[in-house]
Amino acid sequence: MKKVEFTVEQVPCSTAPLKYDETLCIGCNRCAEVCQCDILLPSAEKGKHPIVMYPGECYYCGACVMVCPRPGAIRLSHPLMNRAKFVPVKKTEE
Amino acid sequence: MVEAKYSWPYGNEVGQEETIESDVLVLGGGLSGCFAAIAAARKGLSVTLVEKGAVERSGSAGTGFDHWESACTNPCSKVTPEEIAEAYVDEQDWYSNGIAHYIECREGYDRLLDLESFGGKIRDTEDEFAGAEFRDEKTKLMFAYDYENKFTIRVWGSTFKPALYRELKRLGVRVMDRTEATALLVEKASGSRQEIPAEKALAGMQEEKTTGGSQEESGNSVLRGIGAMGMNVRTGKFYVLRAKATVMAMSRPARVWLFSADTTGLCEFRPMQSIGSGHAMGWRAGMEFTMMEKTVRAEFSAAGRSFPPYGAGNNHNTWYAATMVDARGVEIPYVDRDGTELKTVSERYYPAPGQKFFLKGGVIDNPKYEYRGPETLDFEELMKRGYQLPFYADLSRMPEQERRVIWGMMVGEEAKTKIPIYQNYTERGFDPEQHMLQSYGTGWQSANFLEQERQFFGAPGGVMHDWDLKTNLDGVYAAGDQLYASDCAGFACATGYYAGRKAAEYAKTAPLGEVCRADVEAEQERLYAPLYVSGEDGVSWKELNMAISKAMQNYCGGVKCEALLKEGLDLLESFEQEIVPKLTAANPHELMRVHEVLDILTVAELVLHASLARKSSSVPLCFNRSDYPELDPENDRKHIVIHRENGAVTTRDVPLGFFGKLKTEYEKRNQDYIQEVAAREKG
Ligand SMILES: Cc1cc2nc3c(=O)[nH]c(=O)nc-3n(C[C@H](O)[C@H](O)[C@H](O)COP(=O)(O)OP(=O)(O)OC[C@H]3O[C@@H](n4cnc5c(N)ncnc54)[C@H](O)[C@@H]3O)c2cc1C
Ligand code: SF4
Ligand code: SF4
Repeated sequence: MKKVEFTVEQVPCSTAPLKYDETLCIGCNRCAEVCQCDILLPSAEKGKHPIVMYPGECYYCGACVMVCPRPGAIRLSHPLMNRAKFVPVKKTEE
Repeated sequence: MVEAKYSWPYGNEVGQEETIESDVLVLGGGLSGCFAAIAAARKGLSVTLVEKGAVERSGSAGTGFDHWESACTNPCSKVTPEEIAEAYVDEQDWYSNGIAHYIECREGYDRLLDLESFGGKIRDTEDEFAGAEFRDEKTKLMFAYDYENKFTIRVWGSTFKPALYRELKRLGVRVMDRTEATALLVEKASGSRQEIPAEKALAGMQEEKTTGGSQEESGNSVLRGIGAMGMNVRTGKFYVLRAKATVMAMSRPARVWLFSADTTGLCEFRPMQSIGSGHAMGWRAGMEFTMMEKTVRAEFSAAGRSFPPYGAGNNHNTWYAATMVDARGVEIPYVDRDGTELKTVSERYYPAPGQKFFLKGGVIDNPKYEYRGPETLDFEELMKRGYQLPFYADLSRMPEQERRVIWGMMVGEEAKTKIPIYQNYTERGFDPEQHMLQSYGTGWQSANFLEQERQFFGAPGGVMHDWDLKTNLDGVYAAGDQLYASDCAGFACATGYYAGRKAAEYAKTAPLGEVCRADVEAEQERLYAPLYVSGEDGVSWKELNMAISKAMQNYCGGVKCEALLKEGLDLLESFEQEIVPKLTAANPHELMRVHEVLDILTVAELVLHASLARKSSSVPLCFNRSDYPELDPENDRKHIVIHRENGAVTTRDVPLGFFGKLKTEYEKRNQDYIQEVAAREKG
């Protein structure tokens, strides 16, 4: 088998599903370990948060947030177009 | 952005090969695969489980599920397994998986008890809902839908996958995470081909037709599964997985009609990882499929259309039976099957006068009168009566326990809800006592699709099997969403365990097969090829996936006919010839995505062949042929079972009721299990 070098680049996406908070994250990589779509890759720097390498492949399941030992270190948000609307309840006289 | 110096973090093992031997090999580590592995390990066999993601949270139910359907044997149930399984078969006009539904109805609750013993939560142990109408005070089980008959259980599904993972480890199952299965290993011997169902007496009429290839070559060899091949999706390492028996549990196809290059992970309802690899590798190996011509107008794809599942106002599934209101805040009435308006919230959970039970859940869309439960008035009728859009789900008008069980338990335990809905919406300020959530479609889908945007939904086609859940390849079994007319979590767990147990029985007497070196080398070449095509000259997986889905919308959309379907096959064949050799990947992750699209291409061909084979139209199959408009002629009310061997596509007819009398046939084959359960209940 001919030797082949791997390369990797962050793939641009119109939305950013995940955001890390550097001040809370301890770089344990648990989020990257559970992500079934494998879109998070460990940072090259030890102790730093993973890189969201393939944001467009996120399934928005929340497993990465559920497993994180530091609440708030990783946050998931829906694409803007997917934010459902809610309004105050209406009281009617019937 | 990523620093320029960032390099691939997982090492490079391209070209390295390892052979792993086990008694039972399980492909796919969702609910069904985990239970298959557990069943085989309990029989004392060596088991390897191969999962493309990570078992801890992989599969449709990775982050949870909230309804456990058809738990007919739970202590509070007032229905029998026969009643519910037969109702499903009848409801789906016999294009239903009687065998699998019966296994679900009969053994499903045993699997739920297993999950509890592994540490999953299946009852209200903290008494959070003490005194609720849906709760049984003695067992603390909580029910959904039909409160009278109590066969659907509300569960804390977010606890299940980690519990299964721990149990697999405890039992010593070799779990291979981040490993994609890519091909089956088969051994050919001369003799006559296995036929499904194995029992000829049950099979009745059987007529073989072959198209393409040559008659002499096809249909005359015994095929036996002897394992699989695969690749680590982080390092590129190649695996030869030898096994005496194999269980396929890789869910169903996706991204065949629906595709977004930008938000690919949101194209479909089920997870991005599951695209029908099992179907593709089965088809390549000569496995039989049925009902692959059945596709429905898409119901869910969050990419651009739908809103996050369970995150828009609706009154289905997780949100059943939420109070719905219109734009003015006027409540939308619920009616029973006779059109009688229901006055209270409680009445929404009981059968109509004279009705024994009603069906709701996964594959039940618009049930027959006999099984129809309470539902809000039909959309058309609401328009006629002057109700105004948009509609909303308004939980503030429900009794406190009903509100709390929907928002906080069901929304929270259902897949993709704990973080994406419950936590997210709460942070955005949503309070179910103060706010109502907007509804976007007319049902739970929250979007309307075009006729040519198809999807495998509502009990779609899949692998054909016999009463052992064995495929036509000797030693190869299937379970969960991989089976034809599958649905739901209880179905997946029950059929997984059953297939695992039958595979274990088979493995006890079967030898390991001899792997053909040429097969291994051909697969390595196929898998690695895209790494050697430079990015500049190559075609990306996204471009091909996009082209396939557009082709399928054009040639295999809502209306089908022979000329269109053949044009479709022709175009896909040109993709095989001209585009596949140009596919490029820069690392193992991208390589996995390329392999997925190769599988999608195979599945698309399978669907076109299956569509060509049915020469009439069908309501239950949502199948419309303009050249054969006759609806469900008696002659065609049958399974058209299809497989490919030596390049030729062969079909064979199997009666819809091939499975025979459910209880009798089940009991003939499962005395060992029946005795096990009886012994456990006594002791
Ligand atoms: C959002 C959502 C909510 C649902 N809610 C409910 C509910 O409340 N109640 C209910 O009963 N049902 C529910 N379902 C359906 C239910 O979750 C599924 O029917 C069930 O989990 C299917 O199990 P499975 O094991 O067949 O497939 P999955 O759980 O999907 O597992 C398939 C596994 O195979 C792996 N795989 C795929 N290809 C390969 C390959 N080539 N090699 C190796 N591994 C591979 C995948 O990574 C995955 O882990 C829901 C489904 C979804 C998506
Ligand atoms: S939300 Fe799910 S798919 Fe997206 S990064 Fe997290 S674990 Fe992965
Ligand atoms: S799991 Fe949490 S703490 Fe660990 S790396 Fe991910 S975000 Fe950081």
